[in-house]
Amino acid sequence: MSPFSQYYTSLDHFSIIPAVMLALFGCAVLLFDFLIFPDPRQRKWLLIFVALAEVFTGYGLYQQQAWLAVNGVAEISGFGGSVTVDGFGIFFNWIFVAAAILVAVASYKYLETAGEHHGEYYGLILFAQCGMYFLATGTDLITLFIGLELMALCFYVMVGFLRSDKRSNEAAMKYLLLGAFSSGFLVYGFSVMYGIAGSTKLAEITMAIEARPAWDPVVFLALATTAVGLLFKIAAVPFHMWAPDAYEGAPVTVTAYLAVASKAASIAFLLRLFYYGPLAPARQAWEPMLAVVAVATLTIGNLAAINQTNIKRLLAYSSISHAGYMLLGLVAGNRTGINGILVYIMVYTFMTLGAFLVVAALRRKNIIGEDLDDFAGLMRKSPGYAVLMLIFLLSLAGIPPTAGFLGKYYIFLALIQTGHYALAVVATLYVAVAIYYYFKIVRSMFTRPEAEESPLASSFGLRLALGVSGVLTLVIGIYPEPFLKLAQGSLLR
Amino acid sequence: MDQHLLSIVLLTPLAGLAVLLLLPAKSKWLIRIWANLAGLAGFLVSLPLVQRFRTDVPGFQFEEKADWIPSLGAHYHLGLDGISLLLVMLTTLMGFLAILSSWNSIQDRVKEYYAMFLLLQTGMIGVFLALDFFLFYVFWELVLVPMYFIIGVWGGPRKLYAAIKFFLYTLAGSVLMLLGILTLYFQHFQQFGFYTFEISDLMRVSMPLGVQQWVFWAFFLGFAIKVPMFPFHTWLPDAHVEAPTAGSVILAAVLLKMGTYGFLRFSLPLLPKASMDKTIVEILAALSIVGIVYGALVSLMQQDWKKLVAYSSVSHLGFCTLGIFAMNPNGIAGSVIQQINHGISTGMLFLIVGVVYERRHTREISEYGGLAHVMPKFATVFAIAMLSSAGLPLLNGFVGEFTILQGAFEANRIWAAFAVSGVILGAAYLLWLYQRTVLGQVTNAKNLAIPDMSLREIAIFVPLIAWAVWIGVYPKPYFDVLRRPVAEIVQRVRPEYYAGRNEGGSAEIRRDAGTKAGMAGLEAHSTGGGMAAPLAREPALALAGPGGSAPLAGPQAGGGQ
Repeated sequence: MSPFSQYYTSLDHFSIIPAVMLALFGCAVLLFDFLIFPDPRQRKWLLIFVALAEVFTGYGLYQQQAWLAVNGVAEISGFGGSVTVDGFGIFFNWIFVAAAILVAVASYKYLETAGEHHGEYYGLILFAQCGMYFLATGTDLITLFIGLELMALCFYVMVGFLRSDKRSNEAAMKYLLLGAFSSGFLVYGFSVMYGIAGSTKLAEITMAIEARPAWDPVVFLALATTAVGLLFKIAAVPFHMWAPDAYEGAPVTVTAYLAVASKAASIAFLLRLFYYGPLAPARQAWEPMLAVVAVATLTIGNLAAINQTNIKRLLAYSSISHAGYMLLGLVAGNRTGINGILVYIMVYTFMTLGAFLVVAALRRKNIIGEDLDDFAGLMRKSPGYAVLMLIFLLSLAGIPPTAGFLGKYYIFLALIQTGHYALAVVATLYVAVAIYYYFKIVRSMFTRPEAEESPLASSFGLRLALGVSGVLTLVIGIYPEPFLKLAQGSLLR
Repeated sequence: MDQHLLSIVLLTPLAGLAVLLLLPAKSKWLIRIWANLAGLAGFLVSLPLVQRFRTDVPGFQFEEKADWIPSLGAHYHLGLDGISLLLVMLTTLMGFLAILSSWNSIQDRVKEYYAMFLLLQTGMIGVFLALDFFLFYVFWELVLVPMYFIIGVWGGPRKLYAAIKFFLYTLAGSVLMLLGILTLYFQHFQQFGFYTFEISDLMRVSMPLGVQQWVFWAFFLGFAIKVPMFPFHTWLPDAHVEAPTAGSVILAAVLLKMGTYGFLRFSLPLLPKASMDKTIVEILAALSIVGIVYGALVSLMQQDWKKLVAYSSVSHLGFCTLGIFAMNPNGIAGSVIQQINHGISTGMLFLIVGVVYERRHTREISEYGGLAHVMPKFATVFAIAMLSSAGLPLLNGFVGEFTILQGAFEANRIWAAFAVSGVILGAAYLLWLYQRTVLGQVTNAKNLAIPDMSLREIAIFVPLIAWAVWIGVYPKPYFDVLRRPVAEIVQRVRPEYYAGRNEGGSAEIRRDAGTKAGMAGLEAHSTGGGMAAPLAREPALALAGPGGSAPLAGPQAGGGQ
């Protein structure tokens, strides 16, 4: 037995150890930045702390996984059921680990060029990840909400990280205001759920809602307000308005982190509440609603992307449309669909990160490098980057043999299995629309003459992150078996 | 070696690509040499397929099968039957010739160009070899990307428009086809309890007619856009006209065949009920006939040499689809042969356009005239290519069109009547083209100084002309290769076809008797008598020349068993 009292058992500790590591190393970054790295050029050595944090976090996750396997149980429950570590949570946490480390190593050159390379950036990445940990493993409304806010607060700061840049400030303000507003909705939904069950534990709320009739107005109220909050977080139409602005204004490495990790965490949250948790019994009510939202998200995301000339905005709209595909998996709502969401988010992580990081390489002194024209002639100038971008874009569009195809494959299959043929047709046709705007970038890269001569802002970290993302995007596409097994094994039921 | 022959054929271009990427982009000469060697190697490694292919074995040959993605039920499964043998050989030969023909015409970004061609080559071969639907789909989509670049980077003035149009059209079709595949896949799971993309497993699925029809239309969109059938053909003229010569050659010769191959390999055997549905057959036959006549009429009106050839493809591919949906052995065998013929003839016609375009940089027909005086070798080659496309007896086009018309006549006389008009119109626009460009006096002074074809250019045409003459004079080996796979398709779609229909007429009776015996031979490997009988319905024998049938039938019947 641990030396702690009955209020903090070793199992409690075990259930949050990765988050503890993230928080500790986050503090260490802030401390050491202040003490030993006053010279801005030395700050990239703070990456050592990030790397250590991710190693320890990964080790913690690995230990938890091993413990689950050895004991043959499905979950580690800590703090009286406030935190539940299960395969599902661990799967998402691996994604957060990958996203955080790839973004962190790719960032320093970009931030140096922008003149805003500060140590707290790395701290914020780790703190945000700490919040995501609780979003993926929390099973109590309070835990979940704190996790969400911890993540969101870090992102508000990171989006506005380019202090001297108007766009960055504006984006942060917009994101903060709308984010706070949506959190308000979410809390309202939580309070109604608490009112129904008299408890904040998801399991108890589930039982209380199951006991009520399907179209109970109070349940519907909880459902609607919670949905508003969550759909905002994953940037689904009609709550997507913040995404293009925040994505465009934020430093592009933050955009990448926001688009990948924040979205993955919010999807985990959404699945916990809607599929595995309290709102699952109200499925009849949310299924048609989410179907409409998903189609609207696909439509707006894809059609609005067509006319964008700013790459970050274009990718923002594309990321909105990806949320639409993932929502369709939830609408189908069978095992294949949920499995599809997990596979989708996994491949989405690498391809989206990759695409944004190529944009990061285009940022040079006096060149913002976010416009479609900035990609002109990239194939002549830096063929490696151009080919990687091509792979990411093909994957985003879902063309085999890249990873993106598998995500879409599962979603389409789930829709067919559940008889949602019309949705399947709509979803597939948007693949053709998407290829049109993704290939605007390809066209610019491969067929146009170079716009300017200056070489790309490349760094070892950026090349490493891009290489890893590119290789994984191809490997998952060509030999997906181990990755699919991983996703399948992470499903709860 | 034998058990991995198909993998070697499939991966040779990819290996060539891997080495090509290591070569320095500056040394264009080295890259050209290497790419041509890789193309030649791709062709040479496919030759053993011809030598070792056995016409007397049912099903697929040289099969290779390994698990690929067990959790989806996808396999790495390759196999070859008569239909795919011919198409693979067409691909490897045309791929090599297309690469060879690009020696001078591509001066810019040479390395990327050849890289795209080699990638394209692997994709196309993969489409014809895959026996697993997932694998097939991967190759099917893989083809789009290099072709997009070939048109979009090295094409003509409106290349970007043409390239994205090609990409979007075919992609829209193929994602809808994917839904059809997934429906089939899921139906299989419901009936047999496990997921698989294996074609032979999916064949066992029994679906109600309604579902089959939906799946059929989903497949149809994927394949018909690729073929392209009227009214989905609008991407084709743009893509053909804007693509560089070698791109047009590959597009016409091989890429379009992916669509017709899809009908033969997937639509018909997997969805037999829907494929025999009266409405569906009538719609498809009607679209084919409209394609034949419309394509020919539009060709007649073209001022642009390349566009004329492009529209002629619509017309010729109409014959191929009409043959398929005649649903009898003649129609289908003729269709496959016509696919090969179209690859050879239209490939040659596009190369011809390329030859003059390289010299004059215009494709306006009115710019030319009297080329026979300045380019006699060119005029000869063009004459052969044109006549083979127009279906002159003793050249390949005649064999295919004749057999298809025979099949169409057997299915529905009105179809045949309409289709014949396509033959006549085809002769008209081709002869008129020849007359306007090659015959007469040299009207344009610019044409006086253009050089005749070089040795390399002639070398490109020699194998194609030889092949055209071979099919035209002695098509029997082709019909031999096709007999079993075609009989298997017909048996699958119309089990009653071989079960003794009697429509009257002594020829018909003899034919049916022969086929019945043929099927018996197919099942039971019966004695020589059983094998000799199906030759009686061999349309090729009638074409092989007087006295050809009897002596040829003898050794075949003996050697077959």
